Amino acid sequence: MVVRDVVKRFGDTVALDRMSVSVHRAELFGFIGPDGAGKTTLLRILTTLLVPDAGDAHVLGMDVVRDLWRIRPRLGYMPGRFSLYPDLSVIENLTFFASVFGTSVDDARDVIAPIYSQIERFHDRRAAALSGGMKQKLALCCALVHRPDVLFLDEPTTGVDAVSRREFWELLAQLKASGLTIVVSTPYMDEASRCDRVALVQRGRILELAPPAVIGSRYRHPLVAVRGGDRQRVLAALRAFPHVHSAFPFGEAIHYADARGGSDTAAISREITAWLAQRGLKAARGEPAQAGIEDVFMDLMEAPAPRPAA
Amino acid sequence: MTQPPNDEAAIRVHELTRRFGSFTAVRAISFEVARGEVFGFLGANGAGKTTAIKMLTGLLLPTSGDARVAGFDVYRETESIRRHIGYMSQRFSLYEDLTVRENIELYGGIYGLSDERIATRSTELIEGLGLREARDTLVASMPLGWKQKLAFSVAVIHDPAVVFLDEPTSGVDPITRRQFWEMIYTAASRGITVFVTTHYMDEAEYCDRVSIMVDGGIAALGTPSELKRRYGVGTIDDVFVRLARPAA
Repeated sequence: MVVRDVVKRFGDTVALDRMSVSVHRAELFGFIGPDGAGKTTLLRILTTLLVPDAGDAHVLGMDVVRDLWRIRPRLGYMPGRFSLYPDLSVIENLTFFASVFGTSVDDARDVIAPIYSQIERFHDRRAAALSGGMKQKLALCCALVHRPDVLFLDEPTTGVDAVSRREFWELLAQLKASGLTIVVSTPYMDEASRCDRVALVQRGRILELAPPAVIGSRYRHPLVAVRGGDRQRVLAALRAFPHVHSAFPFGEAIHYADARGGSDTAAISREITAWLAQRGLKAARGEPAQAGIEDVFMDLMEAPAPRPAA
Repeated sequence: MTQPPNDEAAIRVHELTRRFGSFTAVRAISFEVARGEVFGFLGANGAGKTTAIKMLTGLLLPTSGDARVAGFDVYRETESIRRHIGYMSQRFSLYEDLTVRENIELYGGIYGLSDERIATRSTELIEGLGLREARDTLVASMPLGWKQKLAFSVAVIHDPAVVFLDEPTSGVDPITRRQFWEMIYTAASRGITVFVTTHYMDEAEYCDRVSIMVDGGIAALGTPSELKRRYGVGTIDDVFVRLARPAA
């Protein structure tokens, strides 16, 4: 899959701003970014549901605009919003999606079996009455029932609980192992580690593209995790430190990034601990930290979203 | 496990139970949340979380057990409870076709503030959020991060004893997310108790303490670092999956 300089506007809003990216066959690729970053627009273009204003995109070597009728049978798409027929049962939904593509549930049995086996006992339950996790598995079956070569999943884990979420990623790993190319979008940065490569997306542009394990190493500042002490006072003290680049809450800790590049993080940690102690925050301790994907994302973001104009 | 002293509890729950016919949705749960604490209330789908929250917000009567929220009894004082809590769900809290100011005034009215108080709080809130220029903008046209900050401010406009937040930072960029958590911590330091429900264990890491419901009961309760240590894992997500998976 190759995307070259794709632009898409909606009125004054630029959803995709000359985006370029390639995805390899049998890769599990993640587009990671907040709501409004352009992820859904890109997936809709790749699944031939939207036409780009400029640039071009090829999926399986075919142009998404010119060759749409040849592409469509070969791709599976699981949109972000619930895409099933709520009044149809599990098996009726599946049969319907199979028939649309001129195939049958039996012909797809081997492809969907690992997933379908988990919801089969509810086969005659109306889709509307399924739990979030089960709906998601049914939607995945429906997207796979015509044996696509590429699978597009738009925010598949939004609104499902942590257990279903983990099971879902395990299913995707199995599907990938069978040779399927999978493109997934998510606003949840902690899901990046499940992908072979990820693109960090913000305001229609790709900020960074790399395997998840590599992304942290692209962080440009010495990073210190500070634990202990009153969170708000520690934050205020860190932001008053002369060499601060940024200081933000990170779960139970606070991540302090130093503006001095290439310095010794252990020395800076000691310096930070001393600075906090001087200000009466003796319980707070700084230790060198590994940058994660959120650190990198924040560092690469432009200024936070501008205040809305009057 | 750190237990808040009794006299500081904003939420006090003892053996709270709710049955629907022969099904026990919530099974004798007990916990306390201190004033000004940020408490994460976690659980898989179907674990009983929603039923528990409905009882704590006065929307559903318990079958047995006791609970007091902001000092009020969940059986007899549901009206008082509703006046002393705030609520923000992930995306549906604000009226999209009203302006920033109209939303603030509307919620001030719903929460029973006087006109004078609404005017004062409205100005404070608009200034505090830096939204003076945008006060007459329709909420629909605001970026998601701003909507979420406004929704939170509106949920605490009446200085409630407890504010209930449902997946408060879902979908926002990581910087906005942190600004949002700082707003939550500020509210907590003013004494507002923050009760967070979420499916995203990442959000749980920001809470002072978290509880995890499994099959109607509370399977674990403690600070995020206590729970990670107790189960020998690196994230709350791992703690959660370990507890909830056998039930799934």
